[in-house]
Amino acid sequence: MPELIAKSALAGHAPLTRAATTLAEAPMTDITAIAPFPGQTKAVNAALKPLGLSFPAPNGQSSNGPVRLLWTGREQAFLIGAPAPEMGAAAAVTGQSDGWAILTLSGPLARDTLARLVPLDLRETAFPVGMTARSGLNHMAMVLTRSDAATYEIMVFRSMARTAWHELAEALETVAARFDQMA
Amino acid sequence: MRIEGRGQIDRTKPVRFRFDGREMTGFKGDTLASALLANGVKLVGRSFKYHRPRGILTAGSEEPNAMVEVLQGNQQTPNVRATVQELYDGLRAQSQNRFPSLRFDMLSVNDLASPFLSAGFYYKTFMWPRALWEKLYEPLIRRAAGLGSLSGRHDEDPYEKAWAFCDVLVIGAGPAGLMAALTAARAGADVILADEDARMGGRLLSDGGEIDGKPALVWVDAALAELAALPNVRLMTRTSVTGAYDDGTFGALERVSLHRSPAPHLPRECFWRIVAGQTVLAAGALERPIAFPDNDRPGIMMAGALRAYLNRYGVAPGQRVTLIANNDSARATARDLIAAGVKVAAILDTRPNASAVEDCPVYLSATITATRGRHGLKSIHVAHAGGTAEIETDCLAMSGGWNPTVHLTCHMNGRPQWREDIAAFVPAPNAVPRLTPAGACNGAFSTAAALREGADAARTALAALGKSAPDAPLPLAEDTPYAITPFWETEGAKGRQWLDFANDVTTKDVRLSAQENFASVEHMKRYTTQGMAPDQGKNSNVGALAVLADATGRGIPQTGTTTYRPPYTPVSIAAMGAGGRGAGFAPQRFLTSDQASRDRGAPMIEAGLWYRPSYFPKPDETTWREACDREVNMVRASVGVADVSTLGKIDIQGRDAARFLDLVYTNTFSTLPVGRVRYGLMLREDGHVLDDGTTARLGENHYLMTTTTAAAGLVMRHLDFVHQAFCADWDVRFISVTETWAQFAIAGPKARALLDSLIDNAPDLPFMGVAPVSLGGINARLFRISFSGEQGYELAVPTRYGEALFRDLVARAETMGGGPYGMEALNVLRIEKGFITHAEIHGRTTAFDIGMEKMVSPKKDCIGKAAAARPGMHGAEREQLVGLKPLSDAAITAGAHLFTPGDAIKRENDQGYVTSVGYSPTLGAWLGLAFLKNGRARHGERIRLVDHLRGIDLLCEVCDPVFHDKEGTKLRA
Repeated sequence: MPELIAKSALAGHAPLTRAATTLAEAPMTDITAIAPFPGQTKAVNAALKPLGLSFPAPNGQSSNGPVRLLWTGREQAFLIGAPAPEMGAAAAVTGQSDGWAILTLSGPLARDTLARLVPLDLRETAFPVGMTARSGLNHMAMVLTRSDAATYEIMVFRSMARTAWHELAEALETVAARFDQMA
Repeated sequence: MRIEGRGQIDRTKPVRFRFDGREMTGFKGDTLASALLANGVKLVGRSFKYHRPRGILTAGSEEPNAMVEVLQGNQQTPNVRATVQELYDGLRAQSQNRFPSLRFDMLSVNDLASPFLSAGFYYKTFMWPRALWEKLYEPLIRRAAGLGSLSGRHDEDPYEKAWAFCDVLVIGAGPAGLMAALTAARAGADVILADEDARMGGRLLSDGGEIDGKPALVWVDAALAELAALPNVRLMTRTSVTGAYDDGTFGALERVSLHRSPAPHLPRECFWRIVAGQTVLAAGALERPIAFPDNDRPGIMMAGALRAYLNRYGVAPGQRVTLIANNDSARATARDLIAAGVKVAAILDTRPNASAVEDCPVYLSATITATRGRHGLKSIHVAHAGGTAEIETDCLAMSGGWNPTVHLTCHMNGRPQWREDIAAFVPAPNAVPRLTPAGACNGAFSTAAALREGADAARTALAALGKSAPDAPLPLAEDTPYAITPFWETEGAKGRQWLDFANDVTTKDVRLSAQENFASVEHMKRYTTQGMAPDQGKNSNVGALAVLADATGRGIPQTGTTTYRPPYTPVSIAAMGAGGRGAGFAPQRFLTSDQASRDRGAPMIEAGLWYRPSYFPKPDETTWREACDREVNMVRASVGVADVSTLGKIDIQGRDAARFLDLVYTNTFSTLPVGRVRYGLMLREDGHVLDDGTTARLGENHYLMTTTTAAAGLVMRHLDFVHQAFCADWDVRFISVTETWAQFAIAGPKARALLDSLIDNAPDLPFMGVAPVSLGGINARLFRISFSGEQGYELAVPTRYGEALFRDLVARAETMGGGPYGMEALNVLRIEKGFITHAEIHGRTTAFDIGMEKMVSPKKDCIGKAAAARPGMHGAEREQLVGLKPLSDAAITAGAHLFTPGDAIKRENDQGYVTSVGYSPTLGAWLGLAFLKNGRARHGERIRLVDHLRGIDLLCEVCDPVFHDKEGTKLRA
């Protein structure tokens, strides 16, 4: 049969920039859920070693360049940016690449924009670079990661990507409008 | 009237505005109230009940009288306090609760009828005949009373909700708040300083005075500059903290753009939820009015407000001012007026022993026995120690003392405590955890005391946070003792003495309430409506309860206050619900096939949060039924394609996966061979059906569970609960893969042929088989399952390929004489087969009810099994799933109830109800699924179907719920 065309959740959506802050859809990448079975953390870490990663603590991540392992729940982490290594019977390994839309929000107004939708304390001390959390983006479930000082990565269920974009874009517009007002 | 050289308004920036159509000019920095006063406007509103002419009473958010409608674009915002509304160029406001005009208001006849309209009037008068209450009395009363009105249009302007976090929240930016914020910020704490005013400084802006030997405003500006320069401080002006909630959380409303003309995307208001480690409450105090006859005339205002209008806005609200007070604080207002060149006619001091030395006449033991001037005060009649006097005056300022703003300390059930020395309620200690009151809201009224308490409260907060503040000398400021002798009511005077201006409640109403034994303060409030207006009794609560205390012979502390509840000031619902209008109410979930379906004109229906195609109309089809019938026939005759990706999918792995499934399902999954699929039924712990669906065994320790669309989240939560609560140590892990796979049903006699055209060497799956397949190198999964009763497959691909595959499948199906089908056809197909959905497993039905009690395995335990076995959960008295066929061609309806023919149609005779109906083109008849008492034993009986809502009453035959292909030969073909 002919090749099927692949599409990301928001295929074709142009980034939105307001007041030097940009909302964009990240390119699709490998996402794999790794859930160690009871007593298998050591074996899981051994399998992760070639990637330069180890299983993260709650709300943390382990990273090696573009390859990251984000904590996403009780005994569960998402390997992002590389195919999953062989885990044998050490962990349940489940493909998640197609299940998520990844949005990035980057710039000086990123944190203020998120404060419209996310009930988390995002201050420097409470949510430092490298931290990840499962929380809500307004009414949606979300995995939030702080990638660098002014960049956040927002993962939502793929089917809700349009709503997530809409709500983040609206929040960015209002925060930017307030910013313009003060300027 | 403006006073030259006074005030903090910007006289270089005139601002034009309109009130009731009249164009006027104010200055930048004015409120609507100060600008109206500067333009000589005294009459600004009509009271709620008696439509009495009212003027501006206060200079703050507690204003009960000067409420107006502000017009802006599509907005008509009612009950805006003119004392809070900042002036901006082009502001349009109008008075409210009057007809036809503010000066000539027809409903002011209510005032003449007031002897009949006293407290409890409605309760006593409109009791008979009872039927008239809802239809006649209430609508009439509501039309006559009531304040501003709305535009009647949707509010489509932007609003905002936001979260903020800090170590120390300081509420109020007067001397106490500024000092607290400085102390906490200098120690390195993250500080939020919130103040409801447009400009920070609190009473210092109005009272002037000196701090550290310089004008107080200099100190305010320096403090604000220091705070603004610190990276750990957030200054939030125009932000009223409206409620105290659990765990240091506060609600706050910010007026983002109500003080200016609209700009794109700029929200009108923002509702903040502020989470603070520690809080300093520096909310200040509100001045109390004094009760004397006709104390509500335009031109009568609070002494502190008069001082604010003079010192902050450079406005003298009158040319010949009189003051009445029971404390010393009004003297400062008189001195400021005299210094500004405003004539002070007299100071009336209710106290016999106060000082009489001022630069104007002072009357001691003075009371006001009458006032004159309907649309504006003209004169007052005074009784004093030396006799009586008639004083010409166009502005009367009153001060009955100050009430600490204790509101937030009471939001978590704290009750304020009475302090005799200041005749006021103060916060109870530790009324709100992690909150320390400071300054006037704590009963410390001098500037020096406010600065001291602010610094101390900040130190308390810092200590609790594990931080310390370096010792720093406090700024020097006045520390005048507060001298007050309570004066609640003018005894022996004729005429109505108003307590609650907003709701037209007098001292007589309160006494009447006590007389009629509504003597508890909470009963008095409801009986008189005192404290129930937009100002929530800020101006009247303490005065009213003092009169009640006197009337009942109890003391004020024994009488107590009513309950203070959030919000402190009104919060618009639009702000609290920001972003939630229309589609913003809930997330929208879209299928990968969404655009392809819409391109074909398919109307979308919401199923859960998903948008699913209802049917796919052909150009010549004019009704949904035509499309639905065609799609059903198409599936039965050739092949149909439907997107079923919305079904929940849960990937379950581990050595104990099978054991886990045996626990959550009523039937057994450990015996399911790899490569096969089994239908499963899941119960809640209470024995009722939770969900159903198919689960495939993909490998020895690997299952894929399918849930219904509606219960996908519910089942995931249930599995999580069972795992964590009952078997956390088991070797099992699971995760949702609903979003990971796009899945399409391919059903009909030509389904197999379609698959053969798509997949090279498609596996020859038996009914209820599953196998991995490759679609041009893409890893896909093929299931042979059917919800339609036809030979059916479901093909799953990674979601990124969903749209492409759907378009491809539909093209193939159409080439073969088939096509896509929607939810309507899917529903008819499953009703024909007697398959259940959540219309049937709606939470009150058991496995027995739906005829699946045999699926509860006797060989093992499962969640809900014990509960399902209890008496009453099964047996003849239960309503059981049956099929229904009407005896005529008429349509039947879901929601109808069933009765035995011949029985009276009443609740006691109810035999059951209809859950699903559809017109079956296959059988040429309407079919229904229903629950009927002892239904399985009643196949062949006739039953009467009654739907009162839609006027349907007809006879049906009770039958087996499977109408089509009972043996399942087509499924297995």
